[in-house]
Amino acid sequence: MENGEMAGSARHWFLTGMMGIFSLPASILMLSFVGFCAFTAQAGVPVEQVVFMVGAVWALPAKVILVTSILGGANVLTAFIAVTLSSIRLMPMVAALVPEIRTEKTPTWLLLFLSHFVAITAWVFAMERVQSVPRERRIVFFAGFGITLVLTNMVLVAVVYRFVAEFPPLVAGCLFFLTPVYFLVSIWNSARHPVIYVALVVGLIAGPVFYWLAPEFDILLAGVGGGTAAWLAERGWRQRKEVRA
Amino acid sequence: MTVLEGWWAYVFIAIAGWLATDIWRWLGVLAGNRLQEDSEALNWVRAVATALVAAVIAKLILYPTGVLEQSPLWLRLGAVAAGAVAFFIARQKPAIGIATAIGVLAVGLYALGF
Repeated sequence: MENGEMAGSARHWFLTGMMGIFSLPASILMLSFVGFCAFTAQAGVPVEQVVFMVGAVWALPAKVILVTSILGGANVLTAFIAVTLSSIRLMPMVAALVPEIRTEKTPTWLLLFLSHFVAITAWVFAMERVQSVPRERRIVFFAGFGITLVLTNMVLVAVVYRFVAEFPPLVAGCLFFLTPVYFLVSIWNSARHPVIYVALVVGLIAGPVFYWLAPEFDILLAGVGGGTAAWLAERGWRQRKEVRA
Repeated sequence: MTVLEGWWAYVFIAIAGWLATDIWRWLGVLAGNRLQEDSEALNWVRAVATALVAAVIAKLILYPTGVLEQSPLWLRLGAVAAGAVAFFIARQKPAIGIATAIGVLAVGLYALGF
């Protein structure tokens, strides 16, 4: 029997990935997209542009910054810089995910294509679930989830756009707040390595500290500086434990 | 407030949104292809990725946009703290932590007349 057959068919795992649309993280992301849709509808951004943005940009924080830049009358270069600076985090996120889902045979062009579907929710979901998927099927599993999640949210935004402009502020506020709360909980839950806990706590503190010190590069400094500090600290503890053992 | 029109809007979004984000995803693939699983380098990348996301989270809570901009900081921090307590008491059930945090925020906003 071939390895492929032992692991279950590619179709089966693609469908399993697609079914991820009914998971808690996917539901919360969809609610957050309803919130984003309300924001754009109230600002008067045409629905065709919003749908295009969902498919093309995908990462929600990047879209919020893009819309804010457009509304503020920024030119294309200024908007590009604001969005790209806020999206540097996508690089280490993708870099951390790739070794988990590729095999030696996975072509790079496929990874480049699928990387478009990485944003915080898909990343957290994949890092959490991929462990229970046979390695040679992880790529299809991620493709099934990522592609379904993007397409569903494009349709969702197109459908709800005309209903959300008159949302009561209380509902809009709660929808906005879902995103950070969900991210916190799911990162904590999906951590399989102690360094994640340390990095999460350090990042939460370093973010505001660097926003105060250097507001233009806060996220970058908090990530690289805070992440490196967290890694050094956790590695130190681990090595001391190994010495004692 | 400015709203973009016609084909220029799509070019604008493609450059300042699509390209601006996918550059980093592509670089991530190229970097990730060189990382070995269970290597110390991958651990560092994990730590940096997590700290970056955590900084985004902190910013969303401390400096929100839209309706929450007018809500008091103590309410937002209180909602997160209540959610965290419920999450750990309920043996780290995600739905309980999230529902508690949003519930506290909703009650607070209502009481403040939102």
